[in-house]
Amino acid sequence: MLHVTYLIILAPLVGFGILLAAGRRLGDPAAGWVGTIAVGASFVVSVGVYLSLLGVDAPVRTYSQNLWTWIPVDRLQVHAGLYVDPLSMTMVLFITGISTLIHLYSIGYMKGDKDFPKFFLYMNLFVASMLILVLGSNLLVTFVGWEGVGTCSYWLVSFWFTRDSAASAGKKAFVYNRIGDVGFLLAIFLVWSKVHTLDYQAIFSQLDKIGPDNITAICLLLLVGVMGKSAQIPLFPWLADAMEGPTPVSALIHAATMVTAGVYLLCRVSPLLHASPAAALTIAIVGAATAFVAATIACAQQDIKKVLAYSTVSQLGYMFLAIGCGAYTAAIFLMVAHAFFKGLLFLGAGSVIHGLHDEQDLKRMGNLRAYLPITFITFAIGWLCIAAVPPLSGFWAKGDVLDNTWAAHPALWVVGIATAALTAYYMSRLTGLAFFGKDRWADAAADHQFDAAHAHHADGASPDPHESPWIMTVPLWILAFFAAVAGVMAISGSRFSLANWLDPVFGATLFQNNLSSAAQWTLAVVDGLVAIVFVLIGLRLWSTRSDRPALEGAFLRGAWYINELYDAVFGRPSARLAAFCADVVDPKVIDGAVNGVAGAFKGTGVLLRRTQTGYVRNYVLGIVFGTVVVLGFMLTRMWWG
Amino acid sequence: MSISASWYLALSVVLFAIGALGVLVRRNVLIMFMCVELMLNAANLAFVSFARTLHDIGGQVLVFFVLVVAAAEVVVGLGIVVAIFRRRASANADDLHLMKG
Repeated sequence: MLHVTYLIILAPLVGFGILLAAGRRLGDPAAGWVGTIAVGASFVVSVGVYLSLLGVDAPVRTYSQNLWTWIPVDRLQVHAGLYVDPLSMTMVLFITGISTLIHLYSIGYMKGDKDFPKFFLYMNLFVASMLILVLGSNLLVTFVGWEGVGTCSYWLVSFWFTRDSAASAGKKAFVYNRIGDVGFLLAIFLVWSKVHTLDYQAIFSQLDKIGPDNITAICLLLLVGVMGKSAQIPLFPWLADAMEGPTPVSALIHAATMVTAGVYLLCRVSPLLHASPAAALTIAIVGAATAFVAATIACAQQDIKKVLAYSTVSQLGYMFLAIGCGAYTAAIFLMVAHAFFKGLLFLGAGSVIHGLHDEQDLKRMGNLRAYLPITFITFAIGWLCIAAVPPLSGFWAKGDVLDNTWAAHPALWVVGIATAALTAYYMSRLTGLAFFGKDRWADAAADHQFDAAHAHHADGASPDPHESPWIMTVPLWILAFFAAVAGVMAISGSRFSLANWLDPVFGATLFQNNLSSAAQWTLAVVDGLVAIVFVLIGLRLWSTRSDRPALEGAFLRGAWYINELYDAVFGRPSARLAAFCADVVDPKVIDGAVNGVAGAFKGTGVLLRRTQTGYVRNYVLGIVFGTVVVLGFMLTRMWWG
Repeated sequence: MSISASWYLALSVVLFAIGALGVLVRRNVLIMFMCVELMLNAANLAFVSFARTLHDIGGQVLVFFVLVVAAAEVVVGLGIVVAIFRRRASANADDLHLMKG
């Protein structure tokens, strides 16, 4: 059933259409079910396409579908085409699967919100955009999805736009993404000017026509693009602010869609990266730096969602590091595993926030394992996964990345393992603060302001945390299961093996893992020990006390003052420039020009009105005088002409 | 003996000058009007003289146009003069400077 690939995209779009036309009438919760079923249908179709794809032999395990010719202009022939190969199939499967769970969860989480149907409207469009992005057969179709994802993230992050912080967080996400988009667009232009095609496979078959310098330029421009989308240094601060959106949105952005788009794009263009070692090294360095910086920031954040946000940035840094080292399979493996455990962690955090009546401050939580048992168990699985404790999926995924880094750039491996230690530490800090220790929420509940958007919480006046309804815990269980067992994809030779599956895309030569088995074992043991030791340290430090100022420096709490830096370097000079334009350029230059022209005409008029005396004889005198002059002129011409 | 064309032209110039001077110096609208007629007819005289001298019938044809225009002008102009006179009981052109800028 490969020929129905387009249905994967169409299903959420139809859901979007239905919600657009009749969302208000469907209301709560019918609109949510429509949205969930639309994405669920997309998942079912994806599974069907996947099974059909398995039937195709490995070397040519691809399928492309040309829907229509989109831009037929002379040499610029762009088709609205879909391209299915193991890479895009992997993406589609986990995007649709996890999105379905998040939609289901949202029915419970968004219950009672006045814009309930609108939420699912945006979510469906978001998923559809992401699917266009991964299934596009050329750069321009991918770009359409790319922009769609950016726009939907803007709508969803600023979903509760009556709050100033949410509105500005949406704008911030949009602006950062736009900066990246410029790089992506320039890369598209450069590709077209060299090979006159935007189709991925056509580009890869003409690499020699592009030339090594141009390939590096294209890769670096694409890197700018994916920096914005995947929140890498220097364009990462928007992702932390994006936490202003409803928690399911955070889960969707961080786990399944949006931020993985950058990683996917780089994997998609892996032949280009392979041809440019300089660009690959740049990507690796950016990734390692981002992973480390974000991990240090996550160690000191107080908002449960901010910790998770920075941990996402950090994990994305790992993926970039893997891509930079040529280990695309490892990057995809970590992305899939991350999609499971980060989705799980965000939904778990959402359950905590929901249970505590919109409390997000870690210092006001504590001992929640007694009140939210299901959330605790599932969250703990996610926590141990991301901390890379063996034998959970995070251990295998991160191990793959670190092994490849060790083989390619040992210096970056040091950064990687330090980040792994920090990851284990800050996630344990989060868990310790939220689920262990004393119930600090009790004294906090008294002065807590209820969010207007979640007015339904106010009626249950009981301040006791409550476990979430089944509609929210079922997705948690499913995600927890997959997060725990996703490690089987690391077993080479098995039918779950991701390396085998992705082999036709990246080629066996790309996965350069020339380490001896002794070295691999040593690295694995080091990874595992680091994870376990730092999990224990984090838990020991933070389950007993909630306040350790020495470990939460202002520098880290302020996220390395990156926002302040950007504000000082770009924000305030721009504001000053704008103020200058408003106070000086606009009134003096622009108004001056307009008023000056008007003034000149007015002055001329004042002078000329004196000639309008109203006396006929004056006018006649003028006529006679003029006649005399004309006659005089003609006579002189006659005499001297 | 025939009188040479120059005399006719001289007469035309004199008539035109008298007419122009009259329009310039007189205040009475009716007199100014008559002076305009004088100028028009001076022009007619010049046209006829040249037509005869140059054996070109065009000049005489043009005179008819001028006569028609003059007749139309008299109709409109006298109408305006009568209207003004009814309102102001005066025909002084200098009283009519409402259009002063």
